[in-house]
Amino acid sequence: MVQERKGKDMNEKPEVPNNPRDCEPAQNSEMLHSSAAGRRSFLGVLLGMGSACVGALLSVPLVRFAIFPLIRETTDTKWAPLGPLNDFSSLSDPAVRTIQIEQLDGWRRAISERAVYITKDPQGQVQVLSSVCPHLGCTVPWNREKKQFACPCHNAIFSSDGARIAGPALRGMDTLESKVDDGQLQVRFQYFRQLVATKEVIG
Amino acid sequence: MAAEHDRGNGGHNAERGFRGWLNRRMGLDDLLRGALDEPIPGGARFAYIFGSGLLFIFISQIVTGVFLALYYVPSADHAHTTVAYITKQVTGGSFLRSLHSYGASAMVVVLLLHLSQTYIYGAYKGRRELLWLSGCVLFGLVLGMAFTGYLLPWDQRAYFATAVGTNAASEVPLIGETLKRMMRGGSDMGTLTISRFFVAHVFLIPACIFALLASHIFLFRKAGAAGPFDENPFHPVQKAELFYPRQVLMDLSLTALLIIGLGILSFMIPVSLGPPANPADTQFVPRPEWYYLSVFQWLKYWHGAASIIGILVIPSILVIAVLALPFLDRGIERRPWKRPIAMGAYTFVFVGLVGLALRSQYLDSHDPGIAQQLAKQNSEEAEYMRKPFEPELSSGSLAAANVALADPLAAKGKIIFEAQSCNGCHGDNGIGSAAAPKLTGVGAKFNTQKLEALLKQPSAAMTQGGMTPSDLKDEDLKALIAYLESLK
Repeated sequence: MVQERKGKDMNEKPEVPNNPRDCEPAQNSEMLHSSAAGRRSFLGVLLGMGSACVGALLSVPLVRFAIFPLIRETTDTKWAPLGPLNDFSSLSDPAVRTIQIEQLDGWRRAISERAVYITKDPQGQVQVLSSVCPHLGCTVPWNREKKQFACPCHNAIFSSDGARIAGPALRGMDTLESKVDDGQLQVRFQYFRQLVATKEVIG
Repeated sequence: MAAEHDRGNGGHNAERGFRGWLNRRMGLDDLLRGALDEPIPGGARFAYIFGSGLLFIFISQIVTGVFLALYYVPSADHAHTTVAYITKQVTGGSFLRSLHSYGASAMVVVLLLHLSQTYIYGAYKGRRELLWLSGCVLFGLVLGMAFTGYLLPWDQRAYFATAVGTNAASEVPLIGETLKRMMRGGSDMGTLTISRFFVAHVFLIPACIFALLASHIFLFRKAGAAGPFDENPFHPVQKAELFYPRQVLMDLSLTALLIIGLGILSFMIPVSLGPPANPADTQFVPRPEWYYLSVFQWLKYWHGAASIIGILVIPSILVIAVLALPFLDRGIERRPWKRPIAMGAYTFVFVGLVGLALRSQYLDSHDPGIAQQLAKQNSEEAEYMRKPFEPELSSGSLAAANVALADPLAAKGKIIFEAQSCNGCHGDNGIGSAAAPKLTGVGAKFNTQKLEALLKQPSAAMTQGGMTPSDLKDEDLKALIAYLESLK
């Protein structure tokens, strides 16, 4: 396999010896390869495949590293206190409360504040509504005069129990998971996908 | 398709199908042939494998480095947290970081082997002057990569080693102090130092390495392989063997060894991370990485007026001598045993460097105070590694936590701010969002009357942005303005 030639006077570089692949039958695949060329190309294929396998193996930790944020288990949002349930027993207007939600944002912990509304559902039970508009995510304020929620961005209108009345939103305001613990109303804040008719949790 | 026409060209380009088409368009076969059919006078040898080994490590450093940059943030506030996140949280993060860190050491080791082989074989002689020069510059650049990369984790070890390293620069006469301030981005180590080291490590030095590596490989192909040390350095005469396949296989054996070695090392003994840099720590004993130990020890011997000799004159002579080597040593003789001066100088420098490094280690282990402190630092590092990752509290969150407002009027204003959905556009605590500008500092921009006027009658630009006139009762408006003025 070693390419050899007679050592004669050479200038700057030794001349490239004849390359067996030059004799490779390119046009007629039925012609037999010379054995040297066959060995060389077999080795080439072997090396190519070997490198591809090693490369694929080496890329496994890289891919796992890169997709970590996608496969990471999301931490459960904690329950946030809203105050004694009794405070909300005789609501005429929805009550607004600000809760602090803690989110893990990669390597940092972000504490942000979200407003939630405590209202009565049609059955008269206390419920907690997210103030995030299900249309495009603006914060929806309560209009005391008109007795309805009116989003300032695109005029989505909701009733006091959060049901959709008019405007571009495809569903009513989102209810949040709530519980009463020791007489204290608590809520778990979540974000929901916007611009869809059904409530879907997103992180 | 002009396949008929293309095929009419004949020759080896006339292959059919996709491969043939690709070849006609790109000339891949010619490229591959050009790369693989490098003639090596005297035939393939294991002595020649280090160059491609370096190329492999360099590529590995680029790939791991780019991936590490997915999570790394170059600032004094976040650098350590993000490296801790990579090390303790991200899947495979500790492994990749270890690969990158051990890769740096492997780079220096293989570089020294490559350099030694070139030197011992007299391969710098004859037609290869520029090849040697570009190699020397590459050596310097790799040491620069090691120096700048070492700081980036911003732990105790990195901080203090770099503090000493940049201080050493100030010993250079005349420009020393400026040089140090230039490296640090000020007189002290700080967040600007990280930015500078990061830019050097990620943009500047790699760009230079790419350029010089390209020229190094070009010059290598132009001059041709040197061959064994009984080969003529000007006009090679020995029988040549092509690079492919035997030399390729030999080169690949080193690559395989490096992959396995670095992989096992990174998996079994992952690189650790120390506690975050604490500039107030007066006890910390800084020690450089192994490849800088001899320089570290050397600098200890030079003080006061004599330091010019030790820090500037002797190293400069050494660097100039190394650079000028192929011009000084023009002899045709390449066999090491026939070059006593060259080999003597090599042995002297090599033994000197190793001796200095060993001396430094010896002194550290025989000084009870130092040895004890170094052991303490190691145990602190191990202890830090055992602790779970602690996410950083974002500054916005701190502001939010601090708005337990002292002024009850402003506190009421905050409730109104949120009830009116001001935060929907202007952000929580008025930090701003894509929809509307931040309100922090608005009190300094406008006085109370102006704020009230703007709230009641927003300017044209504000109305354009979606701001509606306020219909609040006067007392609520007052509270809101008090809150706005409290936003600093």
